[in-house]
Amino acid sequence: MEKIIELKNLTKNYGDQQVLRGINLDIYQNEFLTLLGPSGCGKTTTLRIIAGFEEPSGGQVLFDGVDVSKVPAYKREVNTVFQKYSLFPHMNVFENVAFGLRIKKVDESFITTRVNRMLQMVGLADFGPRDVNLLSGGQQQRVAIARALVNEPKVLLLDEPLGALDAKLRRDMQVELKKMQQEVGITFIFVTHDQEEALTMSDTVVVINEGTIQQIGRPIDIYNEPENRFVAGFIGESNIIDGIMKKDLLVHFDGVDFECVDKGFPENEPVEVVLRPEDIDIVKPEDGKLTGQVTSVTFKGVHYNVMVKTKYRDYMINTTDYWEVGTPVGLTLTPDDIHVMWKTPY
Amino acid sequence: MKHYKKLTIPYIVWCAIFIIIPILLIVLYAFTSGGNSVKTLNFTLSNLAKINEHTYVMVFLKSLELGVITTFICFAAGYPLAYIISRAPEGAQDMLIMAVTIPTWINMLLRTYAWMNLLSDNGIINSLLGLLGIDPVHMMYTDFSVMIGMICNFMPFMIIPIHTSLRKMDRSLIEAAMDLGANPLQTFRRVIFKLSIPGVINGVVMVFLMAISSFVIPKLLGGGQYVLIGNLIESQFISIGDWNFGSAISLILAIIILLAMRLMKKIDLKEAEER
Repeated sequence: MEKIIELKNLTKNYGDQQVLRGINLDIYQNEFLTLLGPSGCGKTTTLRIIAGFEEPSGGQVLFDGVDVSKVPAYKREVNTVFQKYSLFPHMNVFENVAFGLRIKKVDESFITTRVNRMLQMVGLADFGPRDVNLLSGGQQQRVAIARALVNEPKVLLLDEPLGALDAKLRRDMQVELKKMQQEVGITFIFVTHDQEEALTMSDTVVVINEGTIQQIGRPIDIYNEPENRFVAGFIGESNIIDGIMKKDLLVHFDGVDFECVDKGFPENEPVEVVLRPEDIDIVKPEDGKLTGQVTSVTFKGVHYNVMVKTKYRDYMINTTDYWEVGTPVGLTLTPDDIHVMWKTPY
Repeated sequence: MKHYKKLTIPYIVWCAIFIIIPILLIVLYAFTSGGNSVKTLNFTLSNLAKINEHTYVMVFLKSLELGVITTFICFAAGYPLAYIISRAPEGAQDMLIMAVTIPTWINMLLRTYAWMNLLSDNGIINSLLGLLGIDPVHMMYTDFSVMIGMICNFMPFMIIPIHTSLRKMDRSLIEAAMDLGANPLQTFRRVIFKLSIPGVINGVVMVFLMAISSFVIPKLLGGGQYVLIGNLIESQFISIGDWNFGSAISLILAIIILLAMRLMKKIDLKEAEER
């Protein structure tokens, strides 16, 4: 795959506040890439720099190998779907979508065909003459996507576009967006703070915190093999435990040695161990490697969220079985369930 | 809700006494003759017919011309200023808008007298020109002086509504336009200006109304010979005492204003239809 955008050591300061602290990122053709992080982490700033709405304080933005840091937004071959959609209130649906083409002064019949095809693709075929102010959130969202895609950009930027939709519509749109991306075959850069959204749609997830990239990877890698405490805590729920890597494939925590699949650490290196709540099995006390007592059970729909207090700490476990509060239980782990990370300095 | 209805009674009474009855009286006077003898009503169209005389038609045309030019200059100078203010940081905007309104804190008569001092043949401007060796320019009692007075007095009423509509505009719409390839000029023409049209219409209507009916400014800066509709109405009521003819002129002026507002409304609707 070909590199389409490169961010090189991008920094951004607002006054003496540093929002981006050196972002390095390659974005490839046809990729669905998600910038994921808590609010204020710099993900939106990164997107706005790519779009050209903000100038970086340092570093470079390359499009196809050419530095565009000083190129104004209207000359860049990217289009944006804004958080609040930002449809032009003085134009109807058709004119909103046609805006980019009208600027390019292309043939009127061409505009009509293209706009109608776009509206059809987003499922708003007969909506052309409608007033955008009277559309529902989901419909406005589709108009915003059509308005951006009609220009056939090389890259589509999406700034938390699903944030304002209700849960069901949101899930539908996630699927649809992914479908659209495959259909039009262009790069999508998607900004969100919703980890589930990121895992569902992306080819690549970039986890950002405090202006620094924490991890870049496929959703499954980000989830199963978080590189540090932040990623493990931000993506899904997890139990994070201090441990010692005795040797390759053997980690020690909570007074017990566990077989694991991780290697390459120095002997007796202090590490952090990530245990996903759904990976821990609850068994009879005599069968468990760790023992404790159930302290609370919360019904979550598909599963129960069970807290088990052991000698060293509380474990969070998700299971489909019901366990009475107060029951003495044992906990077991298979080597696959254990993920060992380097200890993060903070 | 029903029991609150009674609360509107004072307002209705107030409206009736100060707005509706006076308007009805103007209509009554306009169609009768015989001054203030309300006992015997002599209905006539002669008051209205009198306006058709050449002198009066010219006064109307002159007023309209001045009103249109003043409004246009206020718009042409006020829009850029409103736009610049709307791009300033939030705090600075309040200061700048206050600066625009400060002149209106001073009595209009005082400001107009100040202009007389500035513009008169041996006034401040001509003295300054004299220092530079330039011959004095005659400015008082001309269209120029009247328009200067009106523009300076009415400018805030153009700037404020335009600024309000620019300020409340969503900034991300400007970004959206640029994102879709519009350069700054295209963004202004296709998005910013279009969205500020309601403010422009408010400003234009307000300034035009004030310009076409003002009488103090033309009287002071235009001199006794300078007659606009406002002066005509004033003289009919105050110095000549022909209330009937004065009412007829007022009525015609009211109709012209209504038509002008109607026209502006149409432009606004047409804009809305283009959506």
